[in-house]
Amino acid sequence: MSVTEQQYAPGEHPDLPPPLGEAGLIAWFKKRLFSSVGNTILTLVAVFFLYHVLSAIIFWTLTGATFTGETKADCDLGGACWLVIGDRFHQFMYGLYPTDQYWRPNLTFILMVVAIVPVLFDNIPHRGKFLLFSAIFPFIAFYLLSGGWGLETVDTDEWGGLLLTLVLGVTGIVASLPIGIVLALGRRSNMPIVRTLCVCFIEFIRGVPLITILFMASNMLPLFLPEGVNFDKLLRALIGVALFSSAYMAEVIRGGLQAIPKGQYEGADAMGLSYWQSMRLIILPQALRIVIPGIVNTFIGLYKDTTLVSIIGLFDLIGIGLVAVADVKWRGLAPETYAFIALLFFISCFAMSRYSLWLENKLHTGHKR
Amino acid sequence: MSAETAQNARGSGGASLFSDQRFRSLFFQALVIGLLGAFLVFIVYNTAHNIEKRGIQTGFAFLDAAAGYDIAISPFMEYTATHTHGRVFLVGLFNTLLVSFLGIIAATFLGVFLGVLRLSPNWLVSRIVYCYVEFTRNVPLLLQILLWYAIFLALPAVKQSITMFNDIIILNKRGLIVPEPLPGDGFMLVPVALVLALFASIFFARWAKKTQAATGKIYPVFMTNTAMIIGLPLLAFAVTGFPLDFAYAELKGFNFKGGVVIKPEFTALWFALSLYTAAFISETVRAGIQSVSHGQTEASEALGLRPSWTMRLIILPQALRVIIPPMTSQYLNLTKNSSLAVAIGYPDIVQSFGGVTLNQTGQAIEVIFITMLVYLTISLLISGFMNWYNNRVSLVER
Repeated sequence: MSVTEQQYAPGEHPDLPPPLGEAGLIAWFKKRLFSSVGNTILTLVAVFFLYHVLSAIIFWTLTGATFTGETKADCDLGGACWLVIGDRFHQFMYGLYPTDQYWRPNLTFILMVVAIVPVLFDNIPHRGKFLLFSAIFPFIAFYLLSGGWGLETVDTDEWGGLLLTLVLGVTGIVASLPIGIVLALGRRSNMPIVRTLCVCFIEFIRGVPLITILFMASNMLPLFLPEGVNFDKLLRALIGVALFSSAYMAEVIRGGLQAIPKGQYEGADAMGLSYWQSMRLIILPQALRIVIPGIVNTFIGLYKDTTLVSIIGLFDLIGIGLVAVADVKWRGLAPETYAFIALLFFISCFAMSRYSLWLENKLHTGHKR
Repeated sequence: MSAETAQNARGSGGASLFSDQRFRSLFFQALVIGLLGAFLVFIVYNTAHNIEKRGIQTGFAFLDAAAGYDIAISPFMEYTATHTHGRVFLVGLFNTLLVSFLGIIAATFLGVFLGVLRLSPNWLVSRIVYCYVEFTRNVPLLLQILLWYAIFLALPAVKQSITMFNDIIILNKRGLIVPEPLPGDGFMLVPVALVLALFASIFFARWAKKTQAATGKIYPVFMTNTAMIIGLPLLAFAVTGFPLDFAYAELKGFNFKGGVVIKPEFTALWFALSLYTAAFISETVRAGIQSVSHGQTEASEALGLRPSWTMRLIILPQALRVIIPPMTSQYLNLTKNSSLAVAIGYPDIVQSFGGVTLNQTGQAIEVIFITMLVYLTISLLISGFMNWYNNRVSLVER
């Protein structure tokens, strides 16, 4: 008696594996790539496209690229010439920062990581103490980078490259959050004059491009100040960047404030809390929590926008890149330089957007179909 | 009322006026106004002092002074170095509008296309679009503009130009050269016919909708209107005897003469803006389509609607409500981002007027004020138009 003819009582039949075409890898291929004629054609076109693009990219960046050598003449394989990056690597990282002082940006960077981690993740031990450190980190960083009091003074003109990009990004973020909160609260205030002022400021800043604000900061700010008072270039750019991002931040936070149910406001009032108490203890903790993904997205935008300072003559990553491209020794290597800078930005921005996505999933679960 | 009076009485009799909310509110607003006023007086005083000290001229007289510098791209009006700064403003404004308008159109088409591809059941296609979107969104736009510009400048020189379609289209590092259309007598009839066809098709669509609502009879609106919009201008073109000539570019000496030259500055900016914004728009479109509950699709399939009708009649109208507000801000972003033209020297309003004119005249306040005003106006116009459109497509709720 063969197996197929065996009789089972109802409900006793052992589970059979699913047919080969309905589960596992083959089914996945069938369903996701070759479900119909149109789909198959699409897949083939995509494979063809991918093959050509990937092989070109791999040739240019790796197999056909030159990694060792001294001058541009050594680059004869047809691909990228990465020598320009190696030659100017220190400039890309530190700008014109004095070579013997490189430990200071390095130390600042390590401390920055220590300061940022407790802000990003709420499940690390002793978070409160670490947060305290995060709060004083900007002052430590400023002291370490600019010097004085025992350290050699380094002029902000000498800051550059990734260092300057990070300084701009972090300062913009740190400054824009409190200003943004004040603007958002002002926009929802009951006082008509305060509200009008906040609305005007926010809408004005959001209506003009960042570059005009930077032009304003670099050309008009010196006119606004009393004679003899002079802000350096970096500070002017920082003021522009902070004003710009605080307007966007205010709108994000306003979204959070509006999402808090009215009962929370009324509850706080009923408890006899003053305006600032209710904001600090009841409303803002909830509102900010909702909009953290939005805040992170604003940060990503701000971080990318810091590149615009290269137009007003600061040497951030792009500013250093423009100098490298103009170098006679490395003429014509713009794609390599820009690709390297793009990679640096991609890594940090992609990490931030992943974090924001992770947070979004963590904050509201159960809404997905 | 009586409670309020009682409270006031207690306030004045007790600790301080500060327990009265209305007084507090007035006090703080007065304080804000006072501080702001003091700040403004401080700034105005300093500015006046500094301007006098540096010998900077004030007022808008510079708009009538000769600019004295050349602008390479001025497709809409004649411009030479002898024209005024006012003319520079107009040239820059039109260049900004041109690249923003073309950028918005390209970004919308590409973005919608990518957004739909991203939702494709085909895993490979969806992944490719995902990679494209992530790469584009996470790299600064300025860098992308510079990269495209570098690529266009790395094209072959004039002598080794790439030619397409039998020398009709020529591509080299100085730009893309296409034949210049030379409309002859009676060509004006073609655009007139096009406008007529557009009006007729709007009218026909309305009439067909009304008829369908009244009688249930369905007319092939899309086919008829397409035929009308393409056919009528063609007919006008044929009737007038094909009055269109082209001036082809020819290599004379070291450069091409004739034809329309599309400069690499424009192309690089347009490419970068469109590709960058398209990545954002595709995410908006994807989110919009995904926001429509799956039950809607199932219900429409249960009613027996075709997949294409499900998309057009059920999904899209609901998705549009979600898509349009973020789409508006993408359009605004694109327009504002076009100011990055200054990095590669495309003469938009920031590069020509806000850059060169500012440096020549030194009148930073007037120039930056006018430039900002232009962007504010454009922003208001775009968001006004999109709000009007949004009101049209939004659900009418009771």
